[in-house]
Amino acid sequence: MLDMIIGTVTQGLIYALLSYGIYITYKILDFPDLTVDGSFPLGAAVTAVLLIKGYNPYLTLLFAMAAGALAGLATGLIHVRLKVRDLLAGIITMTALFSINLQIGGSNLSIERAIDTIFTAKPTMLLFGSVSLMYRKLIVAFIIALIFKLLLDAYLKTKSGMLLRAVGDNSALVTSLAKDNGRVKILGLVLANALVALAGAIVCQEQRSFSATMGTGQMVFGLATVIIGTTLFRRLDFVKGTTAVVIGSILYKACIQIAIIAGLPANLLKLITAVLFLVILVVGGMKGKVTQGA
Amino acid sequence: MLELKNITKTYNPGTVTEMCLFKDFNLKVRDGEFVSVVGSNGSGKTSMLNIICGTIPIDSGDCLIGGESINEQKDFVRYKKIGRVYQNPSMGTCPNMTILENLSLADNKGKHFGLGKGVSKKRIEDYKEMLSALGLGLEDKLNVKMGSLSGGQRQAVALLMATMTPLDFLILDEHTAALDPHTADIIMELTDKIVREKKLTAIMVTHNLRYAVEYGSRLVMMDKGHIVLDVDGVKKHETKVDDILDLFTSISIECGN
Repeated sequence: MLDMIIGTVTQGLIYALLSYGIYITYKILDFPDLTVDGSFPLGAAVTAVLLIKGYNPYLTLLFAMAAGALAGLATGLIHVRLKVRDLLAGIITMTALFSINLQIGGSNLSIERAIDTIFTAKPTMLLFGSVSLMYRKLIVAFIIALIFKLLLDAYLKTKSGMLLRAVGDNSALVTSLAKDNGRVKILGLVLANALVALAGAIVCQEQRSFSATMGTGQMVFGLATVIIGTTLFRRLDFVKGTTAVVIGSILYKACIQIAIIAGLPANLLKLITAVLFLVILVVGGMKGKVTQGA
Repeated sequence: MLELKNITKTYNPGTVTEMCLFKDFNLKVRDGEFVSVVGSNGSGKTSMLNIICGTIPIDSGDCLIGGESINEQKDFVRYKKIGRVYQNPSMGTCPNMTILENLSLADNKGKHFGLGKGVSKKRIEDYKEMLSALGLGLEDKLNVKMGSLSGGQRQAVALLMATMTPLDFLILDEHTAALDPHTADIIMELTDKIVREKKLTAIMVTHNLRYAVEYGSRLVMMDKGHIVLDVDGVKKHETKVDDILDLFTSISIECGN
C-alpha cells in the first residue's frame, strides 16, 4: 500500500512538469494547446534514443527540452504568423509530430537495465545512493518538480513573465505597450512545450521505455490537473498557481490509481481519464471557458 | 504634428455591403492641440482613430507623424509613441493582475521586457503618489487585482497607464461613455488635468457634446466620413452646446437617426 502511494506521488510529481506547461498555455495564455500530445512523446523519444547512444542522462533532458521548445515554436508560428486558429495550429503540429516521433524512436523503444537514467546515474547515487530505487525516484522527482516550480514562479515575476501574463489577460494592452503580442504568445508556447517534453523525457527514463502512442490524452490529463488545482485553491490567494497544479497532478494520478485498484482494466484507462476530466469540468464550473476555447 | 492625407477607406469592397467611409479625408493635428471629435454613429470617428493607430489598414492615402509616413508601421510599433484609452474600462488594464503590476507594465513601455524584476520596489512610492493624485483612494490598494475595481477606477488607472511614458499622442476613444455621469465627470476632469500637465497632443472622440465644448482647444464634427465643423481658438471658445446640437441634429436627421 505504501509502495503504491509513493509510486503515485512520484508519478504526480513527474507529470507536474507537464501540468506547468499546460498551466502556461491554458491558464496564462488562454490557449488550448494540443501540441502537448505530440511534444510529450517527442521528449521521450529524444531522451530514449540519446540514452541508448550513451549520452549522459541529465544532458538528454536538455535535448528533450530543446526539441519540445521547437515543437512549441512550430505551433506558435503556425498560429501567429500563418493565422491558423489556436486549436488547429496545435493539432497540425501534434499530427506532424506523430510521424517525427516514429522517425526518431520507432514505435517502441526500451532502455536496458545496464543504461543509467537520472534515477541511477552517478550524481544521484552519490547523494541518495543509500535509499532504495523507489524512494530515490520520489526524491529526484520531487527535486525536479520543485526546481521548475521555483523557476517558473520567478520567471512569472520578471518583466518578460509579466508580459506573458498580460497577453493572456488582455492582449490589446500588450499592443498598447508597443509589444508584438504574437511574439509573446510564441514565447509562451515554446516554454510550455519545453516543459511538456521534459515531462515526457523523465517519464521515459522512469519507466525505461518509449512508445509512440504515449502522448495520447496527455493534454486532457494536463488540463484536468490544472483545473483541479486551480479550482481547489481558487479562494486561497497565497497558494501559487504552480503549487496548486502540482497538487492537482498528484490528486489526479491518485484518482486513476484508485480506479485501477477498484478493478478497472488498463485498456479503459483513457476512457476513465476522459470521464474524470468531464466530471472535473462540470464540478469545477469551468464549462463555459472550455467551450469557448474549443 | 499628425497628418491624415487623402485617406480612402472602403469596408467590404466588392460585396453588397460595400461601404465607402472615407474618400480623400484630410486632417491635421498640430502639436499641443487637444481635439474633441463628435459625430453620429457610423460617422467614422472611431475608424479614424483606428487608422491612426494602425488597427485597420487604409486603401490609399498617407498617415504622417512629424512629416514621416507611418503607413508601413504595424500597430504595436505605432503605440511606442501613442497612448490610448478605450471606451471599455477593462480594455486598458489586465483584470487578473494587481494595480501595482499593471502600473509596472505601463512604466516599462518602450523598454525591453527582459528577465529583470517585473515590479521595481523603488517606484512604489511614485506609483502611490500618482494614484493619490487621482483622489480615488487607490493608493492603498496597490496589491488589489484590477478586475475587482469599479469601471471608473479602472478607467482612471488606464488613463494613468496610457500617459505614464512620453507620448506623441494621446488617443481617447469615447473613454467616458461607459461610465455613470458623475464618474464620467471625474475622469474627464482628470483627463484634462493630465493633458495640460504633460502638455500632450490629444484626440478625444466623445458623444458628450458638453465635454466637446468645455474641454479641448479644437472641436471637430464628423458626418459620413467628412468633417462638417472644425473650430479652434476663440471661435471654439465661443461655441456653445446649443450651436453644435443644432448642427448635430440636422445631420442626424439626414441619416435617419
